[in-house]
Order: sequence, then structure tokens, then C-alpha cells
Amino acid sequence: MVFDVVVDITHREGISDPEGATIERALPALGFDGVKGVKVGKTIRFSLNSEDPASAKAEVDDLCHKFLSNPVIEDSTFTVTEATGS
Amino acid sequence: MATNVAVIQFPGTNCEMDVVEAVRSLGADAEIFFHDSADLGNADAVIISGGFAHGDYLRPGAIARFSPVMDATVSLAKSGAPVVGICNGFQVLAESHLLPGALQKNAGLKFRCGTATLRVETNNSCITNQLEVGQELQIPINHFEGNYTCSAEVLEELQAEDRIVLRYVENPNGSVDDIAGICNAERNVVGLMPHPERACHPLLGSIDGVAVLASVLAAAGATVG
Repeated sequence: MVFDVVVDITHREGISDPEGATIERALPALGFDGVKGVKVGKTIRFSLNSEDPASAKAEVDDLCHKFLSNPVIEDSTFTVTEATGS
Repeated sequence: MATNVAVIQFPGTNCEMDVVEAVRSLGADAEIFFHDSADLGNADAVIISGGFAHGDYLRPGAIARFSPVMDATVSLAKSGAPVVGICNGFQVLAESHLLPGALQKNAGLKFRCGTATLRVETNNSCITNQLEVGQELQIPINHFEGNYTCSAEVLEELQAEDRIVLRYVENPNGSVDDIAGICNAERNVVGLMPHPERACHPLLGSIDGVAVLASVLAAAGATVG
């Protein structure tokens, strides 16, 4: 089965996010006064061939911990959905 | 026989020749090994030089960790030989789990480039065995992701085991506990953000890097016997 995978990587709680903080500081100058808690992360998308949804999720979880995120400073979440037309 | 230093070059590394020149100026042999090298010849020590290994894609050091040359580097580290990561090399060692913690973007999102004053915190390491505790060094820094961070438990361990090798006198990047360099529990693997190879000739404004690299050679000599 082919799955569409979207991995979302963010800074762990307590790890400074200078990019997020800098964007947040810039917003009031543009008139956006109500924005708080800006966090900058990254999104990684790919397709994955795997036996079934459970094995796909296990594989992505492993991939996130071993390579796509650095668990010392980053958290990762992901969605795995069956690819349309597969 | 002269000590042999393997200097690691990934695609995107840009400080390897500086390291080679500095090491050779101290009377040792230095040879560059590209990232796809499966072995490091008869190296007595390894220096992972600075730059942007594999473009720093994903995270600095994240892809470099999987280069074939890192297997040989890990083996040499396990044998007790000195392995030193400078700047991007520190990031590679952290991603390779040879050193704990991680390097995140500098506080204030500032690229820092200039001379830093460093304090030697221990001389029980492969980069400070020729130095005195408390001695101050003038060594250039040049980085965007040098803000060392780790869990509270790891920090406590580093402090308790005297594994913080160098601290900034004035913290340029927000690193926890002013850390500029740390070592592993066996004390033969060291990562540091400053560039000692750029402080090895009077024309460069400082020769304080000489004792740092001389320490690596002394440690390599001791390992070789």
C-alpha cells in the first residue's frame, strides 16, 4: 500500500525559538497586534510503500526519531493517510 | 614518526585546509579524508573541520552522521584516539551521539563572527592538556547554530564530571552555562564551536589555538604510546 505522510517538526517546549520570537516581534509594526505564541517549525512530506497502516506508522515513527527530528531539541508529529488512487 | 591527523571533509566543509595547515605547522602530518572514505588510514587522531556538511540540510550534522567516514571515526573514537569536532564538526559529533546535547540557532537569531574570549575549565581533555585551568584564550568564532543546549540531567552530568572544557567569558550565542566546548565521558571526544586553527599564526591576530591543537597531538601521541 502507498501512504501519503506529512511530518511536522517543532521546537520542544522550553527550547528557544528565535525565529518564532523574531516574527512575533515584527508583527505589531504591521498592525497585527493580537498574534501570540508564534512558533516556526518545518514540514516534510513524502510517500511511503508499506504493508498496512500500522507498519507505515511504525516506520514513520522510527524515521522521525532516528533522522527527521533531533529529539533533544525537537518534537515531531505526523499523519499517515492512504494515497488516493493507490 | 610524526603523528597523523585525519581531517574530515564532507561536501560543504570549508575549513579543512586551515586545519591541515595549522596541524602541519606544528610538525604533524595531516591528510584530508572525503566523506565517502571507509577508513582513515593510519590516523592517530581525527579532526572534523567546520563548514556546512551536506549543506546543513535538515539540521547541521544530521546527514553527515550517515556518511561512511563516520563509521571509521566512531571506531577510532571507541579505541580512545582523540576525535575533535570544530564548529560544524561539533554539530556532527552531537548528531552522531558521540557527544550529548544539540546545537540550536543562536539566541537573537544572530550570526556571530568575531574573536571570543574563552576560559579553560579543565585541562583533562584532548584539547586542553597543554593549558592551565582558568587560562583565557582569544579564538575566533563563526557560526549561526552554536547555541549549545541539553537536558537539565545532561548539564548536571557535564558539570559533575568536569566535562565542560571551554566556556565563553561573554556568551555570544545563548549557550547553556556559557558552554563553548564539551567532552565525552572518556574525555577523548571533544566538540567546540570556536576555531583554534584560525588562531595559529601571529598574522591571524592570535596564536592561542596552537596550544589547543598541540594538546590534540599530545593526546594522540599518548594513545599511540
